[in-house]
Amino acid sequence: MSNPSHQSVETHDEHHVVPVSVYIGVFLALIVLTVVTAWVATVDLGAFNFAVAIGIALFKASLVILYFMHVKYSDRLTKMVIGTGLFTLVLLLFITMTDIWTRTWMGVPGR
Amino acid sequence: MTATPTIGTETEKNYLNHQHGLKSWLLTEDHKRIALLYLLSITFFFFLGGLMAVLIRLELATPAGDLVESNTYNKLFTMHGVLMIFFFLIPSIPAVLGNFLIPLMIGAKDLAFPKINLLSWYIYILGGIFTVYVLIVGGVDTGWTFYTPLSTSYSNGYVIATGLGIFIAGFSSILTGLNFIVTVHRMRAPGMTWFRLPLFVWAHYATSLIQILGTPVVAVTLFLLVLERGFHIGFFDPAYGGDPVLYQHLFWFYSHPAVYIMILPSMGVVSEVISTFTQKKPFGYTFIAFSSVAIAVFGFLVWGHHLYVSSQSAYAGMVFSLLSYIVAIPSAIKVFNWTTTMYKGSVRMTTPMLYALGFIGLFTIGGLTGLFLASLGMDVHLTDTYFVVAHFHYVMVGGAVMGYLAGIHFWWPKMFGRMYPESWSRLSAIIIFLGFNLTFFPQFLLGYMGMPRRYHVYPPEFQVFNVLSSAGASVLGFGFVIPFVYLTWSLFYGEKAPANPWGATGLEWTTQSPPTYDNFAVTPVVTQEAYQYSTEEVAHVG
Repeated sequence: MSNPSHQSVETHDEHHVVPVSVYIGVFLALIVLTVVTAWVATVDLGAFNFAVAIGIALFKASLVILYFMHVKYSDRLTKMVIGTGLFTLVLLLFITMTDIWTRTWMGVPGR
Repeated sequence: MTATPTIGTETEKNYLNHQHGLKSWLLTEDHKRIALLYLLSITFFFFLGGLMAVLIRLELATPAGDLVESNTYNKLFTMHGVLMIFFFLIPSIPAVLGNFLIPLMIGAKDLAFPKINLLSWYIYILGGIFTVYVLIVGGVDTGWTFYTPLSTSYSNGYVIATGLGIFIAGFSSILTGLNFIVTVHRMRAPGMTWFRLPLFVWAHYATSLIQILGTPVVAVTLFLLVLERGFHIGFFDPAYGGDPVLYQHLFWFYSHPAVYIMILPSMGVVSEVISTFTQKKPFGYTFIAFSSVAIAVFGFLVWGHHLYVSSQSAYAGMVFSLLSYIVAIPSAIKVFNWTTTMYKGSVRMTTPMLYALGFIGLFTIGGLTGLFLASLGMDVHLTDTYFVVAHFHYVMVGGAVMGYLAGIHFWWPKMFGRMYPESWSRLSAIIIFLGFNLTFFPQFLLGYMGMPRRYHVYPPEFQVFNVLSSAGASVLGFGFVIPFVYLTWSLFYGEKAPANPWGATGLEWTTQSPPTYDNFAVTPVVTQEAYQYSTEEVAHVG
């Protein structure tokens, strides 16, 4: 809160040491999920095609953010920053999609 | 006091004479020197963009297209917009005044990441080189908005190079915002709590949030545009299976909040200037602080008001219209609070104060005419007319540039240790105010009468207002040259400035002018809230 200005930022960071096995595990999980993505694309799930593909992609992205980007071991402020970025992305996608979802509600005169 | 022919004095060590030589400037990690690098660069782009404006207004003095061809005219207004928005307005106050002042205001030695600060300037220059290259080889004619499918399929201009230039410059903006946020969180002096921060810092914190959250979106959007134009990958062009309205959504998701990147720092300057020259604590400090954050947040929810006449859903339009009205509330809070601050204050009509008062009046007109455009029905009549051009110039020039000039004059003695000539500066402030209104007020009438923007040939009945506007532009252009001349003059011949020439509060005024390389001899300890003006101080300063 009130650090003397001449102190460097780094002095307050605590580095959590993550075992190499965790990185290998996450890496293998990403590989397996990539194979699953490729395989599931060959199976017709009807309305769930898109949802399953996006679901796997989101899970993979979460693994990268949590482990490779160390967010799982970061303080609450860092988590809030990541959360704010994701929330902004959701705003962009959701509000843009509300336009597309409601475009046809009113109908087009003469059509 | 006697004038000496050097900046600062050689006997007094400061950041300007701390080191010498070109290398010491180009490799500096000092936030104050980097601010000056930005000052030089944005001044160059301001006058380059201004040159385009001169040619535009000259062309529009007559109804016929007799000065330049249609294609050239399209390139002129495009380059004017690109240069002024991405290379002057966006970096203006944050990169110059924010860079210089935020560490001083919070009692820090520098920004959190000095090397990244220097990197941001080099990135900005790289983006600028791309844009100047485009200007030299033939320009771009799409308008600064790069709407598809014109930009992806039909334009003959250098769209890809311009897009990449802006893409690159965007990273400079992101890095500046990142630096400010980390600095404000981690580098505050002992006792400098959040609610003791100057309102200038709050405004920059809010601005930085937009820079970090919004700029990547425009970068991605322009990158998609480059992919579609260069490799025919379909995102926006229906011919390739894309949706042109999607481009407008993505573009305005950044570019509307970008208006707040330009105006919020100006609001921060105005808060400081009005408080100083009324010798009063700003009325409703907390409201002004939080209204900056509210503008930043709500600013992200209104972009669809640029899309009313596209095929955007009418239902989405209704929601965007309502949200656009809501964003006026925090802006109005600021205007009312500044006005109330002046009530019964010890008001001094110095040059920064004149610009700040100009800001309040012109920004109010710019903001209120924005409400016309935010209403669904009225906008159909006014879309793509000169009413829109007048509206956003009242916000961007009447607001952002007035705030920039207020700030440059207010902190000039701190930055260079020299006073500027007060009579010349007041005169130029009045000339700029009059020239600005003469240029842009007739454009409201032109737009309401139906004159479309981005055409260089128009019916003769519009000529009277166009001549008035062009006459005003020449006054305005002259007005902008005057400060450039006397500020440069003052560097060498201006009176030597004391540490606190205005009798202002704030840590930046407690250190010498110009500040030392380390800003403060010892880290300051803050024991009271900002803006503690007392009657004794008024007596001293008056």
